[in-house]
This record gives sequence, C-alpha cells and structure tokens, in this order.
Amino acid sequence: MFWQLDLAVLTLVVFAGIGSLMIKDLLGAGILFGAYSFLMCLMWTVMGAVDVAFTEACVGAGVSTVFFVAAVFRTTRRTKD
Amino acid sequence: MKIIGLFIVVLTGGFLIYAAADFPAWGDPNSPASLHVSPYYLETTVELTHVPNAVTSVVADYRGYDTMFETTVIFTAGVVCFFVLRALGRKGLREESQERLYRHVLTGVTVRVKAGGKIPESSDFQRIDVSWTPPDLIIKTICRLLVPFIQLFGLYVICFGHYSPGGGFQGGVILGASIIVYAISTDLRSAVQRFREKTDALLAATGVFIYAGTGALCLLLGFNFLDYHALAPILFVDRVMARSHGIFIVEVGVGIAVMSTMIWIYNVLASRGHYDEGL
Repeated sequence: MFWQLDLAVLTLVVFAGIGSLMIKDLLGAGILFGAYSFLMCLMWTVMGAVDVAFTEACVGAGVSTVFFVAAVFRTTRRTKD
Repeated sequence: MKIIGLFIVVLTGGFLIYAAADFPAWGDPNSPASLHVSPYYLETTVELTHVPNAVTSVVADYRGYDTMFETTVIFTAGVVCFFVLRALGRKGLREESQERLYRHVLTGVTVRVKAGGKIPESSDFQRIDVSWTPPDLIIKTICRLLVPFIQLFGLYVICFGHYSPGGGFQGGVILGASIIVYAISTDLRSAVQRFREKTDALLAATGVFIYAGTGALCLLLGFNFLDYHALAPILFVDRVMARSHGIFIVEVGVGIAVMSTMIWIYNVLASRGHYDEGL
C-alpha cells in the first residue's frame, strides 16, 4: 500500500480516537468509536492480519457499536463532564 | 482531579511510546518472535493438521487453552451482564413504567392498561412498546430478507475458518447480529419469542461445554487435554484429519457460545433488564 494512504488512515484513527473521547454527545461518541474500530480494521488489513481485521470489523465496528447505542438509548445522551 | 488524570495519561502514553521504540521493526524476519516457534507452525501446519489457514490451527489447536478460556471469558461477560442488569419481576418499578400499551389492530386504537389492570383477552389486541412507532414497511421487509443471508454467511464463516479468515468468534458474532437486526427491525418481544432467555443461557453454557468436553474426551481416550489426535478412532479418520475435525468441533462450540452471549447481552441491555420492551 502507498505510504500516503497509510498515513491518511493513521491520522483518521488518531482523530476518531480523540474525537470519541472529547465529544459531549454520547451517541456521537459511540458512533465515532465504531468509526475508529473500522479504521483500525483497515490498518490490520494493510498489515496483512486479515483474521484480526475480520474480528475487529465484526466485534469492534459491529456488535459493540450496537451495544453502545442500546446503552445510550437506555441511559442519557449527554455527559456531565 | 482532571489535571492529575491528564498528567497520568500523558506520562503513561509517553512511557509506552518510549518503550515501543525498542520493538523490532514491523515484519522483521530476525525478530525473536519470528525465529523460534512461528516458522515451525507455518511450515508444518498443513502437514500436521490439514488446515491451510495457520491462524485457525494456532488459535484452536496449538494455543487451544487460550481460546478455551477466551470462550469462558465471553460466557462470563454474558453471565455478569445478566446478574448486573437483569431485573427479575416487576416489583420496584415506578407506577407509570408498569403501564402496558395494547393496540387494537382493526381500528388502530391504543389501549393503556395501568398497573394491576387486566389484559384484554381478544387476539385483536397487540402488545406495543411505550415508545411505539408504526412499523416501517421498507425497513421490515429489507431486514426480513437480509436475516437468512446474514445467518448463512455466519455459518459459512464458522465452517470455512480452516481455509479463509474467520472462525468461531467471527461467525458467532455474525449469527448473533442477525437476531439483533431482527430485534431492532421489529420489536424485542418477537425476537425473544424465537430465541428465549433460557435458550440463550443454555446455549452459551453448551458452547463452552462443547469446547471443554472435546478436551476432556481426548483426556478420557488416554491423550493430553485438547490433543485432537485422540479423536481419530471415534471420527473414523486418520490422526492428521482428526486434528482438523477437532478444530472444527471446537470452533462450532465457540460459535454457539459467542452467538447466544451476544444476543443475551443485547436483550438485557436494550430492555433495561426487563426482557420486555426493547429499542
């Protein structure tokens, strides 16, 4: 893979990670965390670890995002801090 | 407090980045990890286990203990979610959350039944969620069409883990996601009707039991724990093929455990522990 594309994905990973920590809206944080997982899945694929990427796509970007959304719907959407 | 937290995080992150500089370069063939056991696994996996995907043979055979306890961890996560979140019975609920809504299907009239009230005995009345919205035809139809294909793909991932990326964990999550999609697109009760809580709990335990039971069976036949060679006389195959089949049996166990745990956690989480009204 071209290093430029690699760098772009890595930058997006960092931004998604920081964004999911900083954002006040918990639903948005959950979705950004899903985006982070999906970008990590791309990174694993680039490194040739296809099995890990598959697991990350299923568990990280798929089911855990659903769990976050369900938890947000059943609690509150705003953080206090 | 925030400043102390930030300080600790920055310090730990700095140490981690400093330590990462000592790691061997990515893909370095001379790094310690690629010198000792990895070449042995990569070179002999087809010869010894008939599994071309080295990751699967390492996960389920060479490192079988790790995977067994990972499955146990998943099962424990489900049980812990059950014990922490599940609210058995309707006691302790506030007055307004004991209300139930019924919809008269023929006229579209909604009936509110307060706490202690009687449920209408006609089959024309359909129980609906408090946050009920009319079912969307497009979403319902598309999800109904998608669910069988998702499940087929999940089975494919479990069964084809020997030859391509995939295996019990991924396939189990995909199978669980198909039921979750169904629960989201219709409502939780109709998903629970097809996959009851008791089934969830029993299947999660069964998956772990299949894994540990395969190991114990090998022990009973006079070999080491999880040494699939021992299964050769039972499965009527030679000893190398027995390892391949043993990996498959174990992956099926993992898939069952992961699938039912995912559904269990989602149902408990989405219904506030009441297993009644979902998202």
